[in-house]
Amino acid sequence: MSKMSENGMVSRAKVLTIDTMNPTVKKVEYAVRGPIVQRAVELERELSEGMKKPFAEVIKANIGDAHAMGQQPITFFRQVLALCSYPELLNDSTFPEDAKSRAHRILQSCGGNSMGSYSASQGIDSVRQDVARYIERRDGGVPCDPDDIYLTTGASDGIVTMLKLLVCGEGAARTGVMISIPQYPLYSAALAELGAVQINYYLNEETCWSLDIGELQRALDEARQYCNPRALCIINPGNPTGQVQSRECIEDVIRFAAKERLFLMADEVYQDNVYAEGCQFHSFKKVLFEMGPEYSNTVELASFHSTSKCYMGECGFRGGYMEIINMDDEVKAQLTKLVSVRLCPPVPGQALMDLVVNPPQPGEPSYDNFIKERTATLSALAQKAKLTEQVLNTVQGISCNPVQGAMYSFPRITIPEKAIKEATDKGQQPDMFYCMKMLEETGICLVPGSGFGQKDGTYHFRMTILPPNDKLQILLNKVKEFHQRFTQQYS
Amino acid sequence: FLQHVKASFGTLKPEAKNMSQQAVNGVSHRGKVLTLDSMNPNVKRVEYAVRGPIVQRAVQIEKELKEGVKKPFTEVIKANIGDAHAMGQKPITFLRQVLALCSYPELLEDNMFPEDAKKRARRILESCGGHSIGAYSASQGIECIRQDVARYIERRDGGIPSSPDNIYLSTGASDAIVTMLKLLVCGEGRSRTGVMISIPQYPLYSAALADLGAVQISYYLDEDKCWSLDVAELRRALNAARQHCNPRVLCIINPGNPTGQVQSRQCIEDVIRFAKEEHLFLMADEVYQDNVYAEGCKFHSFKKVLFEMGPEYSSTVEMASFHSTSKCYMGECGFRGGYMEVINMDPEVKAQLTKLVSVRLCPPVPGQALLDLVVNPPQPDEPSYTTFMKERTAVLAALAEKARLTEETFNTVPGITCNPVQGAMYTFPRITLPQKAIDKAKEEGQVPDMYYCMRLLEEEGICLVPGSGFGQREGTFHFRMTILPPTEKLKVVLQKIREFHLRFTQEFS
Repeated sequence: MSKMSENGMVSRAKVLTIDTMNPTVKKVEYAVRGPIVQRAVELERELSEGMKKPFAEVIKANIGDAHAMGQQPITFFRQVLALCSYPELLNDSTFPEDAKSRAHRILQSCGGNSMGSYSASQGIDSVRQDVARYIERRDGGVPCDPDDIYLTTGASDGIVTMLKLLVCGEGAARTGVMISIPQYPLYSAALAELGAVQINYYLNEETCWSLDIGELQRALDEARQYCNPRALCIINPGNPTGQVQSRECIEDVIRFAAKERLFLMADEVYQDNVYAEGCQFHSFKKVLFEMGPEYSNTVELASFHSTSKCYMGECGFRGGYMEIINMDDEVKAQLTKLVSVRLCPPVPGQALMDLVVNPPQPGEPSYDNFIKERTATLSALAQKAKLTEQVLNTVQGISCNPVQGAMYSFPRITIPEKAIKEATDKGQQPDMFYCMKMLEETGICLVPGSGFGQKDGTYHFRMTILPPNDKLQILLNKVKEFHQRFTQQYS
Repeated sequence: FLQHVKASFGTLKPEAKNMSQQAVNGVSHRGKVLTLDSMNPNVKRVEYAVRGPIVQRAVQIEKELKEGVKKPFTEVIKANIGDAHAMGQKPITFLRQVLALCSYPELLEDNMFPEDAKKRARRILESCGGHSIGAYSASQGIECIRQDVARYIERRDGGIPSSPDNIYLSTGASDAIVTMLKLLVCGEGRSRTGVMISIPQYPLYSAALADLGAVQISYYLDEDKCWSLDVAELRRALNAARQHCNPRVLCIINPGNPTGQVQSRQCIEDVIRFAKEEHLFLMADEVYQDNVYAEGCKFHSFKKVLFEMGPEYSSTVEMASFHSTSKCYMGECGFRGGYMEVINMDPEVKAQLTKLVSVRLCPPVPGQALLDLVVNPPQPDEPSYTTFMKERTAVLAALAEKARLTEETFNTVPGITCNPVQGAMYTFPRITLPQKAIDKAKEEGQVPDMYYCMRLLEEEGICLVPGSGFGQREGTFHFRMTILPPTEKLKVVLQKIREFHLRFTQEFS
């Protein structure tokens, strides 16, 4: 109730304070948009107000946002979206027939033929059918049921929904969820918020961030002592590490999940972003089914995809889907009920997903241009992946694994003892200290490895490979120069 | 295979008892990892009637119709959900023009688009990373849009200042409501957070509270007084709740859903006073703020009233108000646009809120763009103004007409009593069910108004939501129907419901 201070002034504590708020929310961290990015935004403001800095612009290499870094949208997608937004354009002859026919189909599947209607909560029926067909084509004919497809608000939405379903129990029976170290911090954030137990399994930096079953076993056996491990999350291609797991590894993971009775969550949003020679994307679903009914009939799996990455880079549309395999029928009904409360995923994102899974075909007017744009984007990324690895490896004290896929490099940096000490004195993680200095001196915003997790005593940063080639060159050189300066300064 | 079975049994260790069990006849079967018993128990408690079992049945019937199954009707009318476009309402031209321009900026060269649309599109694009709506925005929402929202609020509220920094764009209003509730809910057992919500209520609230494991504190709106809110009832509910939880939040929906009441200014002041006295965080769901129809009714924003009550209140009462692009005259549900304004939030908590929303990156950018147009529509001197006003007025006038027609028609039916639909998009009439029907429902294992609505669905193809999905006083029954179908169709729907009700009453007399 209201409190009175000595001088008679009425003062009262707020209803909602740091002490009276949801404690699990306080445990949530999300480094990709964390303190370093807040500082970067501040610097941008200062620059725009005319303040003098050692740099003319802040380069946000912290987040996998392709368009923000100059990547162009795919023309065909945007044409269809414009047609869907303002169907009067269907009479406009500047739009190709294949774009119009897709727009028609999408609009016809919307209430009142408008994208402004709520869709079914699981997503527009015809879009889910198209997604199922896409998955079948991708997976060499392995059947996919549209009823197992849930469209989502980005992949993050589907991932959080699944984790929510999975997490229960108290104390030593609390659900444990296995996730890689390093990981994309949506996972750690969601687990913190849900009060689930995070079970870390370490990827092997020495063998290009590969996953070793021995390490999964170690992590699991240890975790069994204080929680109830029930889920195993894997990001392939990896974020932040970029590794593309071998087919054998994927089989091993499936076998492990089957044996240890774990619900498998396969985050495959970077499935088209594969660059390295000898690397190939193998979908968990496909491998699962090729392992035969002993596995394909039993292993419970959810795989996730998105419109934010690959060659589309349409992050702002928040499009995505998940495919559920072998889910208990009663749980599935609960899942369907749960997603209904938020009504539906954004319809423009659903429309976009439809185009991603149902792109122009050979013979269609937009095909050539579509393939040209798609190829250009993916080969530019492959180029930049290579350049990044190359340049960073010329820097003494930086060691960069090949960027096999995804959109990031996660190089290891050697930080001098003196710098570690100064950081610790400041109460900062050493790699945060490093990245903050880099930001202040060069305007380059990266995310410290501590935001993703790393082996104790090692330091990294995550940098996107997204800036345009010449800008990336400059960026890499500045990082190089900074590192040399920094090392010198703290020698 | 049998050898394998025997071998497994032979080597089965005690800690393996959760692993595959093999029945005596050697058939391998194993429980799933994720079952009804091993899933999050809170999720099981979640219900959302607006898309619940009756709607699932409606969808099934639609499928059957499509497959040629003969029914007493040719189409299913989905009057269960506030989806204006699905019921034939047209989008506002200007809004869609700008969205098209933003989606495909090549159209900025196309002279079929008016200058004011192009200007807004350019402004939005310039505020996007790489000038693309495909870029993530800031997690709190695109800055210039938040500025436009703040200016809109200031205009709406007669000049009362709004800081863009207090504006959070969201994925529909639902997103922001859930986020706020998430921040607020803590404690264990008797100190578990209690949240006050009206009965009847929009079941997002009950669903979110169940999901969060919070305590729902129901306060009854007064059906006899046109669903008005009585502070004495708030007090009763609160005092009763204090015995088993820690009440910290008061949610109010104005204009109301499902009831449509538009609270008087006096009532809003009373609620604010009550929230201050009782130290409650106020959540004002105002998504229907343009949907006000009845003579003598007016939308008073909680923010405005709060500030007009002077600094004793405006400096202290913690509040969040919510708006959306899904309702009003826009009806753009599919875009999932919305915002909340937070007032007097503790700065440390605000930092936590900002951090929390960053995990989901950002609300959908097309929805943010749409919201920008809603708060920054064509002005009198602009080319699109006349058409914009015409369309807006037509939509709102049609809704007002349909609200009146609905109330009128239902009140001619013996056994149906309908309060005036003062605002929003729904009618929530009270229905009298014969005792025999209530008994029959019980036999079928159904709540009586669900039984009623299911019969209506099967016999007439009209899909409504039973009052039990929203909450109602014990022993009373209602349904919620939208007023959204086009007038001619609405007349037919109302007529059919009338006939059904008479038939039903007759059958169970």
